[in-house]
Amino acid sequence: METASSLASDASTSAKILVRDLTVRYGSTLALDRVSLDIGERRVTALIGPSGCGKSTFLRCLNRMNDHIRGVRIEGRVLIDGVSIHDPTVDPVELRRRVGMVFQKSNPFPKSIFDNVAFGPRVHGVRDRVALCEIVERSLRQAALWDEIKDRLDRSALDLSGGQQQRLCIARALAVEPDVLLMDEPASALDPIATAKIEELIHELKTQYTIVIVTHNMQQAARVSDETAYFYLGRLIEVGPTEQIFTNPGRQETEDYVTGRFG
Amino acid sequence: MTGTRSTNGRYARRRRVERIMFGATVAATASALGVLLFLLGYLVWQGAGALSLDFFTRLPTPVGEAGGGMANALVGSAKLLLVAAAVGVPIGFLGGVYLAEYEGGPVAFVVRYAADVLNGVPSIVIGITVYGLLVVPLGHFSTLAGGFALGLLMIPVALRTTEEFLRLVPDSLRDASLALGAPHWVTIVRVVIPAGMRGILTGLLLSLARVAGETAPLLFTALSNRFWSPGWLQPTASLPVMIFTYAISPYEDWHRQAWAAALVLLVLVLGANVVARLAFGGRSAAQA
Repeated sequence: METASSLASDASTSAKILVRDLTVRYGSTLALDRVSLDIGERRVTALIGPSGCGKSTFLRCLNRMNDHIRGVRIEGRVLIDGVSIHDPTVDPVELRRRVGMVFQKSNPFPKSIFDNVAFGPRVHGVRDRVALCEIVERSLRQAALWDEIKDRLDRSALDLSGGQQQRLCIARALAVEPDVLLMDEPASALDPIATAKIEELIHELKTQYTIVIVTHNMQQAARVSDETAYFYLGRLIEVGPTEQIFTNPGRQETEDYVTGRFG
Repeated sequence: MTGTRSTNGRYARRRRVERIMFGATVAATASALGVLLFLLGYLVWQGAGALSLDFFTRLPTPVGEAGGGMANALVGSAKLLLVAAAVGVPIGFLGGVYLAEYEGGPVAFVVRYAADVLNGVPSIVIGITVYGLLVVPLGHFSTLAGGFALGLLMIPVALRTTEEFLRLVPDSLRDASLALGAPHWVTIVRVVIPAGMRGILTGLLLSLARVAGETAPLLFTALSNRFWSPGWLQPTASLPVMIFTYAISPYEDWHRQAWAAALVLLVLVLGANVVARLAFGGRSAAQA
């Protein structure tokens, strides 16, 4: 009871997502161990940590993508706008409309550029061609891709460059008008120029969206995020304002990791 | 010095082995290709002479009367394949979707195993089974029974190729669709199946081409017919059975017709293969 009321009062603050004691097991492997974290609305929260530390698992919990993995067990609570996403009345399909996701490897559908962006809205029942065109244009503009490809919307998305494909995937996620955008190492497969574009984009998107980004790139976390959370071996070691995490971390492990002295 | 020489010796030996093994693989490839070319060449040599417009447009003539064709067998084979596709494609395709997208547990293992066993069942056994299932109750041989037997033969190949090609569709596409809030079935219908469609169509066409040449199951089910076979419930001629009948006959003229029919059958099957590869074999979704 006490937890519930404290959660309720937490929810009244500016946190968009509240995570409490989130534990995830794959079979007998403990992937996340009692992680509690607040994610601020219209802020960029970076999740850093070595491979296998659970940051991607954490991310995939926020839109319940882990539900599809065989043998997964999830305990603890995740509240978005004060509502538990594991509540039996919450439809995971509806949840994912509100919590969009961009993956590490760009994964456009083997369809036209237009059909890629229009996929989500169509699935959610938008049939009107004019409305779809508006959504596609708006989303591509938001993803800073419109000017580059506005003349070839009917071409295959697979003909785009890697960086363009990733921005297309961002546009596709934005087209369903989510509140939250989860990004799983969105720039790790891109060259520095394409990476810079994605980072610029994140900066602009945070005026409207709550963004959670997983990254292996320290500089990237430092550049794009407001808050940084350091994960290690399935536990949340430290979370705080990005500047503080990188210049004056509270824990020795965090300092070792962000300064590259991680052993 | 010694070390260098022994290294050289080993190098020379390795090159010898390499040459022999390379030669063996080339020879094996050439023989495989050679068999096909020999077959095709021999059929053209033996059968092309009997090919004429009549062959494709006329009915067989009575024994002793020259000329005539196999129009009824061509149409019969087409109708048999139509029935076969109607039986084999939906079952194979939907079963493949089920295996690839819904079930990974013991049920899938049993179904896969059963499909492989069915694939290994001699086609004549399928023929006898359908004889008991359809021919006896209906009272006569028919296109329906023949096509049904061919359809049963198609199922395992159609099922497994559908499953394999759906598995080639990368999970990242499924993730992308699910993350956009698409339900599972929408993801399958709008993303996974379209992405694997080229491969699936190729597989289905090839499985159809494969049963097009089956003879044994037709002997008990479609039998044969010297005349047109109207509707679906009469015995019907078909190319493979016609080849069989004509080839074992004592008449020189029929032998030539059998060669011609064999040539036509082979060209049709090869043609289906080529069409399948050209039309659907291009860029596959697996590259996405």
